[in-house]
Amino acid sequence: MTSPEGARMDAAGGTAAGDRPRISVQEVSKVFQVGAEDFVALDRVSLDIADNEFVTVVGPSGCGKSTMMNILAGLEEPTSGAALVNGQAVHGPGPERGVIFQQYALFPWLTVRQNVEFGLRTAGMGKKERRERAEHFIHLVQLDRFADALPKMLSGGMKQRCAIARAYAVDPSILLMDEPFGALDALTRVKLQEQLLETWSAEQRTVMFITHDVDEAVFLANRVIVMAARPGRIFDVIDVDLPYPRHEDVRLSPEFGALRNRVWHSVYHQDAGTSASAMPSTTTARQ
Amino acid sequence: MTVVSTPTTPVASTEVAGAARRRTPRPQRKLLLLNIASIVGGIAIWWLLALNGFDFPTPAAVAGRAVDLARAGTLWEDVLASLGRVLAGFLLGSAVAIPVGFLMGWYAIARGLLEPWIQFFRTIPPLALLPLVLVLLGIGETPKIFVIFLASFLGCVISTYQGVVNVDRTLLNAARVLGAKDGTIFARVVVPASTPFILVGMRVGLGSSWATLVAAELLAAQRGIGHRMQSAQLFYDLPTIFVGIVLIGVLGLLMDRALLFAEGRLTGWQERR
Repeated sequence: MTSPEGARMDAAGGTAAGDRPRISVQEVSKVFQVGAEDFVALDRVSLDIADNEFVTVVGPSGCGKSTMMNILAGLEEPTSGAALVNGQAVHGPGPERGVIFQQYALFPWLTVRQNVEFGLRTAGMGKKERRERAEHFIHLVQLDRFADALPKMLSGGMKQRCAIARAYAVDPSILLMDEPFGALDALTRVKLQEQLLETWSAEQRTVMFITHDVDEAVFLANRVIVMAARPGRIFDVIDVDLPYPRHEDVRLSPEFGALRNRVWHSVYHQDAGTSASAMPSTTTARQ
Repeated sequence: MTVVSTPTTPVASTEVAGAARRRTPRPQRKLLLLNIASIVGGIAIWWLLALNGFDFPTPAAVAGRAVDLARAGTLWEDVLASLGRVLAGFLLGSAVAIPVGFLMGWYAIARGLLEPWIQFFRTIPPLALLPLVLVLLGIGETPKIFVIFLASFLGCVISTYQGVVNVDRTLLNAARVLGAKDGTIFARVVVPASTPFILVGMRVGLGSSWATLVAAELLAAQRGIGHRMQSAQLFYDLPTIFVGIVLIGVLGLLMDRALLFAEGRLTGWQERR
């Protein structure tokens, strides 16, 4: 275990007294009304994420992974149960949680710089400070040359980098990422994955990253959460004991291959397995 | 905090979207030439028809009459009267339609209360209300401005409302997670996001204002382009009628271009195609 911070896994195990998890999802259910029927997007899901942990969530469509993220982001309320962040129940969005959407969600009428400054402006930061801060994060995602360009001038990868800079600028301790690289080509995606890991190990944030790409899930995570649909629930939890920093060579290693196969099997052969009942729905016991 | 990862200069340069360099004037110039050729050709056909027994004045006769009317001052008087009415009605209509459309899009209560009335009046051509309005408001400027107001209001309000309803949910969510509250979301997301819809609505509104104006002037006015054409009809004065038709077309086109220009300036951020 050579993760950037040794204490991470202990915290995930919930050992140290008073060292509560950064994110705690407790028996959260979410039911949508679809016509006359109830659609159970999440069925009593429990999950703890420790400080500075990088957790990826994979699962088939309809497994409720985006719903879980929206609840943590404060964009949706759970039907029952509670989502806690820093021990506080989540009601509405907060500056400690940055969200990155699959569709980039840049404001198309604002330049890259203005997009990055958006959150700083709503926080009431002064013009000069705002500009310096935006500059820093635009540089971090290497968009210096495009600081005054409108989103329509940017490629998909550049748009997502801008969205990442915008989320980082308000300095959240938690990043919630909903299939952020889903729409990108393979090469851009790999580059952004490595860039994200480097930023994460340097700045120490807690990340929950949703993806449908098994390789991506294993490459990034300390821990992969596999979800199942109908009803949406946690199906399996797989620890990834690969050392950071991870680069190209990790992808080609046999350990990576074995983990990927395991996650793959868990995601795509859920009907055959009985692990839904065998697996504890909470992950705290797994370390 | 220096976390810049792989040196991605090659990526950055290949990533420059092609859209950045799409300023190719050539096809546009070709289009303009075709436009001019078409106009010249059209006038030539008109001239030929007029010389070959059709009961038309020639373009030269129409131009001559326009010069006469301009010298006499009646042309400017009519144009100013008509433009004044249309601008007053159109600006008032848009000024009311935009806030009403926002209210309808943002608050379900406003939508529920206002929508039946707007849908009802939308099915009535504003001109059909002219007899009633003339009786109630007299024969001054007010009834004409009122009908134009109604025409542009109805054109603009629905599209503003659609614009607000169509604002991308993801953008609203993005603003919320960046700490924006309702007021900020409205001013900094909903308003800019619905601007393209509003401008389309204003263009539709302007078009129907103009149409309504001329018809209203034909029915009841002592000045204005419509009135001038109406009185020319009594004297079988075809050139003056033609001057009126061309004026209406040219002025309508100019106003539409002005709005189109504003649209280009205000909504150039849109991704087209």
